[in-house]
Amino acid sequence: MDFQVVVLAGGTSNKLVPLVSKDVPKSLLPVANRPVLAYVLDLLEQSNIKDLIVVVEGEDTDGLVENWISEAYVDRLHVQVASVGEEVGTAGALRAIAHHLTASDILVVSGDLVCDISPGAVAAAHRRHDAAVTALFCASPISGPPESGSSGGKDKTKKPVRHNIVGVDITQQFLLYIAAGMEVEKDIKVQKSILRAVGKMEIHADLMDAHLYAFKRSVLQQVLNQKQTFKSLKLDVLPYLVKSQLRSEILLNGAQAEENGNEKDSYNTDQVMLSQLLANASTPSFHEVYASGPNGFSPAERKTHKCCIYIANKTKYCARLNSVQAYSDINRDVIGDASHLSGYSFSAHNNVIHPSAVLGSKTTVGPQCMLGEGSQMGDKCSVKRSVIGRHCRIGSNVKVVNSVIMNHVTIGDGCSIQGSIISSNVQLQERAVLRDCQVGAGFVVPASSEYKGESLARK
Amino acid sequence: MDLRRAPRTVIDPKVRHVGFFAPPDRSQSVPLPQSSDSPPLSDLSPSGNSLSPVMIPPPRTISAGLPPNRLLSPLHRFSGDSVIPVGSYNPSEFASPSVADFFEDNNARSPGPRRSRGGGGSGKFASSLPAGGFELPPEVKPKSLTTVSVVSNLQPNVTAKVGEQSSESQDVNSKQPLKEKTSKAERRALQEAQRAAKAAAKGESSFVYLFDSMIFGFFLSVLRNIEGSPSIVILSIHFTVVATVKTGKANNVQKKDNSSSIAASSEKRAGDHKDKDRKKDVPHPRMQFDDTTRVEKAKKRAVVKQTEVRNRVELFRHLPQYEHGTKLPHLETNFFSLNSVHPAVYKVGLRYLTGDISGGNARCIAMLQAFQESIMDYSTPPGKALDRDLPAKINSYISFLIECRPLSVSMGNAIKFVKTLIASLPLTLSESEVKATLSSEINHFINEKIILADKVIVRHAVTKVRDGDVLLTYGSSSAVEMILLHSHELGKRFRVVIVDSRPKLEGRLLLRRLVGKGISCTYVNINAISYIMHEVTRVFLGASSVLANGTVYSRVGTACVAMVANACGVPVIVCCEAYKFHERVQLDSICCNELGDADAISKVHGREEIDHLKDIADNENLQLLNLTYDVTPSDYVSMIITDYGMIPPTSVPVIVREFRREQISSG
Repeated sequence: MDFQVVVLAGGTSNKLVPLVSKDVPKSLLPVANRPVLAYVLDLLEQSNIKDLIVVVEGEDTDGLVENWISEAYVDRLHVQVASVGEEVGTAGALRAIAHHLTASDILVVSGDLVCDISPGAVAAAHRRHDAAVTALFCASPISGPPESGSSGGKDKTKKPVRHNIVGVDITQQFLLYIAAGMEVEKDIKVQKSILRAVGKMEIHADLMDAHLYAFKRSVLQQVLNQKQTFKSLKLDVLPYLVKSQLRSEILLNGAQAEENGNEKDSYNTDQVMLSQLLANASTPSFHEVYASGPNGFSPAERKTHKCCIYIANKTKYCARLNSVQAYSDINRDVIGDASHLSGYSFSAHNNVIHPSAVLGSKTTVGPQCMLGEGSQMGDKCSVKRSVIGRHCRIGSNVKVVNSVIMNHVTIGDGCSIQGSIISSNVQLQERAVLRDCQVGAGFVVPASSEYKGESLARK
Repeated sequence: MDLRRAPRTVIDPKVRHVGFFAPPDRSQSVPLPQSSDSPPLSDLSPSGNSLSPVMIPPPRTISAGLPPNRLLSPLHRFSGDSVIPVGSYNPSEFASPSVADFFEDNNARSPGPRRSRGGGGSGKFASSLPAGGFELPPEVKPKSLTTVSVVSNLQPNVTAKVGEQSSESQDVNSKQPLKEKTSKAERRALQEAQRAAKAAAKGESSFVYLFDSMIFGFFLSVLRNIEGSPSIVILSIHFTVVATVKTGKANNVQKKDNSSSIAASSEKRAGDHKDKDRKKDVPHPRMQFDDTTRVEKAKKRAVVKQTEVRNRVELFRHLPQYEHGTKLPHLETNFFSLNSVHPAVYKVGLRYLTGDISGGNARCIAMLQAFQESIMDYSTPPGKALDRDLPAKINSYISFLIECRPLSVSMGNAIKFVKTLIASLPLTLSESEVKATLSSEINHFINEKIILADKVIVRHAVTKVRDGDVLLTYGSSSAVEMILLHSHELGKRFRVVIVDSRPKLEGRLLLRRLVGKGISCTYVNINAISYIMHEVTRVFLGASSVLANGTVYSRVGTACVAMVANACGVPVIVCCEAYKFHERVQLDSICCNELGDADAISKVHGREEIDHLKDIADNENLQLLNLTYDVTPSDYVSMIITDYGMIPPTSVPVIVREFRREQISSG
């Protein structure tokens, strides 16, 4: 279908400290015991996209991701991994691999996306309108159950940041205005020309950018070349394209020029007639109406490009792993509401317990739980709505509620873990109590200690 | 393979029984004494009073006791001297000229009785004419006068293709208008007779003649049995369909029992050979969507998931109707799995589906350009031959497009063109040469058949626009728009009335463009047609297709506009490129039509407060019908402007024949 797919797997995100580290880049963070990147790759594989480029930030993580993909997806996908320097941003990453891009349209997917929306839908909308860019937006996920304590406070500050102000036309096909979280504090400035051309605009604050974009290659490469300062697709490239859609500075010498090209070399009046005939027959979007001027003709042709939006159905699941809160939310959802994403078959009790896992007597594993391969649990434990990774050793009388426990974690007797995330190789000594905490890899929690809403990491 | 099979082929179960249907009397239909006679050529009346096998003969004619074989004789011309187009064989083509003659004849000679029948026996035409019971005023003569004057104007512009005709009309020009038409009909009949004579001399005409006479005999017998029943018109249509399918068999049967006829044994062999070719080339019968087994099969093949609408109107069950909402998401989700469909074709299909492209010309051009692109990207897979593989590819694209939206006649003709093009490529060409040839030929087709044709149409039509005219148009036709714009550029002072209708409201875009150019416009809905028509001096209409009997197949509502114009004595001018002409004969808009999205008529966009049908949409007593096309009988059309000149609707078969031949010689 003449699409190239680029997965931006990212590197070690600052927002996810202490969960990520040099050994565990963001893209390999386990969500329900599978790296988050697997969700994206599976989604693409389901859509019959077998050929893709994965871009990883940072030299060290490159090898890890490459190894994992080659192990997991051998004979399934044809994946090329490219590594770019750290802190180049999403735009920079694309700039670095620009010479590999040859297809007429590029689908850019963020590696931390967990969703069940078919990328084909976005691509089809993109093709249909012959757009310069098409972005996937979905209803913002309801933030996890508000936990008491300090993390609730943290949520309040973070919430507005995640939200975008998005302006769309009434058919919800075109993107007219976008402001990312930081700018929301200021007044919204909507361009008069766009508003005048389109007539009505719907402003949404409940939409989330899923970081899945379809770009026209020529447009993307041109913008990246001309605007060397652009670092982020979401914050720089997309708003730029949206703002300039009615006074396009892009020389559309790509696919769109094939259509308009006829008009440019207007030596042949037949060709003009032909393109006019086609244009008249199709329902014009406001771009075309604007381009043709107020009275159906204009002295100088105004250049426009289309920015489209695909708003996913509310029934679809879509989330991005871009914060600690999101990490626990996604883990909860993947084994809960959106269980079809996890790729596991759930037992009659609505949980997944690996056959090799050992459970002590009187230990209960509630619904919406997952117990990884080779994990052992002592007696009288109780696990509720939690994910426990591989080869964990959990003593007796341990309570795990609403938590994520990664691989090779040792938990002593009588521990209580609530709403926390515990990275790999962590050791919890006896009677440790954790509440709303994040524990970095390899950390040792001393016996009988109590933590509440803290981020613990090895110095 | 004996006599007993003959009627079976005709009343094959594939005949669709629409409306109530009286089974034909077999015993009457079998013996056809006339058919074994060689056609007495002298028998041809110069009046050309010929009837088509698919038309209802007026009772007046029957009572006159004309031997049926006489009526059939013009058919010889086709069977004999015209080269039978490869891949487009269709009995209706053979039948068509006589249909036209019938119409013309009635128009010219006896408008009175015909009109009165139209009023009295309204049941017959009820399905084809939205207002079958419409009583036309007896003083229709001025109207026919207008028509004639229009026709007589055509000679300076007619191209060489219809040279015969133009010279004819030139001769006729000096005569009195009313008489002129009669004499023209006579001349045509004479011409037909001559052709028939030629054909008979060649002795090649046997089997088609036999076949048609058989059908006709059968039809007459049916008619005798159930005359006056309102289902006749529909029945006759399906007749044609069946005839198309069953030609081969019918031929064999006929040949065996008519050994005494012209069909000598050697010819029989030739006929058999032709038969074989035919069987291959006979177009597939139109899919009937009330045939459950076939629908099931088609569903398995389908790329696009189609959910059928539950409450369908009984009379239109043979047409496909799907839930419009479900197609698009499915197609979108499978975007990356549809590897067999070229991206360009996919895009075009998607735009058909969403209604982004509409209009016969635009859809056809978009499709051809997509094919062109896909051909340029094509490379023959190893172990396959281009001339085998490419048509298969194109076929898969076509079926994809059909799933998105049924093809229009213009697209069908263009597809035929592309296929003959590929089939006729010399095998010696290399792949790149083939691609270049195909691409340039497709460009050529677009330029010549659409763009140039439109230019010629505009040049002709502009002569019909005078200062002070009030021109009415319906919907949005690209040809009409060009005519209006060009007339405006020429400095003619006229006013335009744009008639529009829900749910598509296509006229608005046209209105916007015309007003933008500074043309004074009036915009009305079709409800106001009878009011606005009084101030109109000319009606210009576009057409999706013009059929062989002069019937204009166009956007639903066109028939209504044409009929009101006719009643008000306003000439109706239809502008249609010749590539949209089709050899099919259609008398009503039931047997072949397209069903649009039913929701479109039940909901008014942006007006939730009047959405009264919302909660009863699933009620089984509610059946929504959103027809896309309708059929305007040729009686209401004064003139058709095409790239071959300005012609009366009766001359359409001539164009169809010439167009086909040209295509074959060029392809």
